[in-house]
Amino acid sequence: MKKLVGFVVSLALALVIILTLNESALFPAFGEVDLAERISSQYFNLAQFEAVGSANIVTAILAGYRGLDTLGEVTVLFISSIGVAFIMAEQTRKRIELDYKANFMLRTGSRLIVSLILVTSFYIILHGHLSPGGGFPGGTMIASAILLLYLADEEFRSNIRGFKILESLAGTFIVVTGLLGLIFASAFLENFLPSGTIGELVSGGIIPIIYILIGLKVGSEISGIIDHFLSEEETV
Amino acid sequence: MIQYAGIALFVFGIYGLFVNRNVIKIIVSINVMEIGLNIFIISIGYVTGSSLAPIVSSTEDLGLVYVDPLPQALVLTAIVIGVGTTAIALVVAKMIHSQYHTFDLDEIEESV
Amino acid sequence: MTFVEILLLVISVILLVIAFMAVTAEKLIHAVLYLSALSMLSVVAFVLLKAPDVAITEAVIGSGIITALFVFTLLSVERKKGKTE
Repeated sequence: MKKLVGFVVSLALALVIILTLNESALFPAFGEVDLAERISSQYFNLAQFEAVGSANIVTAILAGYRGLDTLGEVTVLFISSIGVAFIMAEQTRKRIELDYKANFMLRTGSRLIVSLILVTSFYIILHGHLSPGGGFPGGTMIASAILLLYLADEEFRSNIRGFKILESLAGTFIVVTGLLGLIFASAFLENFLPSGTIGELVSGGIIPIIYILIGLKVGSEISGIIDHFLSEEETV
Repeated sequence: MIQYAGIALFVFGIYGLFVNRNVIKIIVSINVMEIGLNIFIISIGYVTGSSLAPIVSSTEDLGLVYVDPLPQALVLTAIVIGVGTTAIALVVAKMIHSQYHTFDLDEIEESV
Repeated sequence: MTFVEILLLVISVILLVIAFMAVTAEKLIHAVLYLSALSMLSVVAFVLLKAPDVAITEAVIGSGIITALFVFTLLSVERKKGKTE
């Protein structure tokens, strides 16, 4: 009975969505988009483009034109990290004992692969304004390197206090950079360093600085979440 | 066609929210909804023909046709927020299990 | 139809099949594995729609972090079940 009601409601919702968007004047067909009547045509303007100065336009939108939304996203991740740490309360903690022992291949191979993953993550964070990537995928790659270390060794526990200090410092410095933009330029998170030529590594004003801070913050947050999932209280 | 697939994934997720009674499968259905919605939002900005991904080599290349970069920035934010939501949902599911010893919502309603 | 459109059509059909199996699976671990496969297929769709930033982010998050969190939850629950018996 519940399955029938669910099926009918889902089908009705799908029909409503498709019939509303199908021949609407506001919603063009797939692929036939005229970019001249959308707001993105302003981002390709030459004068504004040289003011922000990054070759990757998605990075320019995230950290340049709409930097305040990125600050909101960083806040949401911070709230979720606080929530996880608050619900699983901090008492004396130890690792969960699983019926799972890492075999020889994982233990030896992980030492090489962790260094490769860390180098790749730093490359992707630093070149966020030149090639696809940026702070967010680079930060989660740091967290996946820590995840591999957790899986390969039973006794490994990362330094959670150091991660929490790093996360708080990175978040504070993002807000400080925004306030410096307010002091030296005219608006919060405005670009106050010179932009340089497009395509160089040292270019783009404050965009590489913000992305490095975001990468460190996201990486340490998700590593803390993974550590909380693999710990439990010490039952004496 | 990919737009119909995005809407259909969203509707499958809602059907999963109706039908399932296990907390973990409800969280899986929410993630299916998020994946479908991200595909649909990115398909709004696609331009057929010889369009390029939005990375510019030098300032002479600004006259070419690029795909729309604004939906991609929005979806990047949405994916990372999905991780935060799933992490908190799984922690709450763990706490539910440690108190009621089951994941099934019907058994929890009977025992309360 | 061009090559990209044919590929998008094939990927759409496979996405729908895997999503239906993820939502109506019997065991919990099967649903989690189908969700991981769905995420990886959506990365292919993102690359075909010319969005490389989103593809990298979804690849790292969907197949790394989310699957690991689900599996850790299921493993710690089974361990508690085995310990009290």
